[in-house]
Amino acid sequence: MSERTVSLKVTRYRPGQDSTPTAQSYEVAYPDDWVVLDALNFIKDHVDGTLSFRWSCRMGVCGSCGMMVNGEPRLTCSAFLREFDSQEIRIEPLAHFPVIRDLVIDMSGFLDKLKSVSPWIIRDTEKDPSEGEYLQSPKQLDAYHPFTACINCLLCYSACPIFGLETDFIGPAALALAHRYNEDSRDQGSAARWNAINDHNGAWQCTFVGECSVVCPKSVDPAAAIQRLKVDTAKQWVRSVLLPWGQK
Amino acid sequence: MTRNRPDPSLLFHPRMPGNWWLRKRTYFLFIVREFTSVFIAAYLIVFLVQLYQLGNGPGAYQAFMGQFASPGWIGFHAVALAFAIYHSLTWFYTTSIVIPLRIGAMVAPRYVFTLLNVAVWLAVSAAILAIYLIW
Repeated sequence: MSERTVSLKVTRYRPGQDSTPTAQSYEVAYPDDWVVLDALNFIKDHVDGTLSFRWSCRMGVCGSCGMMVNGEPRLTCSAFLREFDSQEIRIEPLAHFPVIRDLVIDMSGFLDKLKSVSPWIIRDTEKDPSEGEYLQSPKQLDAYHPFTACINCLLCYSACPIFGLETDFIGPAALALAHRYNEDSRDQGSAARWNAINDHNGAWQCTFVGECSVVCPKSVDPAAAIQRLKVDTAKQWVRSVLLPWGQK
Repeated sequence: MTRNRPDPSLLFHPRMPGNWWLRKRTYFLFIVREFTSVFIAAYLIVFLVQLYQLGNGPGAYQAFMGQFASPGWIGFHAVALAFAIYHSLTWFYTTSIVIPLRIGAMVAPRYVFTLLNVAVWLAVSAAILAIYLIW
């Protein structure tokens, strides 16, 4: 198999030593079927063992290996080196997130936001297992199924300039998951999610740039989910004003 | 359950550069869309003043309308119209995302709903223009 050479310009940040990140270049010879993650693993194993980055499944499922590749948020396990015409590829940590070390970002803020929207099925009362499953029609499944594929890779947050400017914004992935559970016919927890979604940092913070849906590797379309949440919360608000006695 | 959190003092916090909206075509178009609102708001203020002058009688109204023949006002209205069209088209596109158009069990492509919106918009505009010309 023929091999080509590329220069990877990788962001380095050593906490406690560096005040700001710097860039370090590595020359890597690669076969045609290598992705950016393969090159990073080659560097880690054979050139510089101090380079830090996250990865796990190598098949676009775990969402761990998201990084900025030539300024675009990508899963590095699915970004083939042969895609890039340039002799140099810039690898940076996901934009807008605090950096722990090199290419490793701090996800704890996102995890707090995710928890705030209660992304799980909430029931007022649970059926006894002997009563059987909660059945759904294909139409009920269609209502939320497109939003179930999120792998929490955070590419959408890196593509969102609103999150970059307002880091308290709950953001695309968490709001898409809120919508996913609100739309699930088995769920009865939309009222519990109302405050987080309708908060100043919730859905209304989004001004619909739309890039979150463009970069999503799973075609989740968080932008659509957020716009529909806005309609839902607006309808709920009108109902609460006009029919306060009719609220659940 | 408590989660291990990194020492905040050791984190590097990146900041958005002031020219972030020039870095990508979609960011630039987004900022243009937001900026168009300024002209739409300005036009609405002019329109409210126009209505106010209408209440002041034919003389005041004609005097106010006479100013619109100046190149400055024509330029303002041309720019406001262009921005209003751009803003409306982006709005129609947004509507197609918020309200998926279902035909039976299928969801129609978004451009279908956008084009339907544009068609209705043109039809209503043509009807208003026709009423104005006939009257």
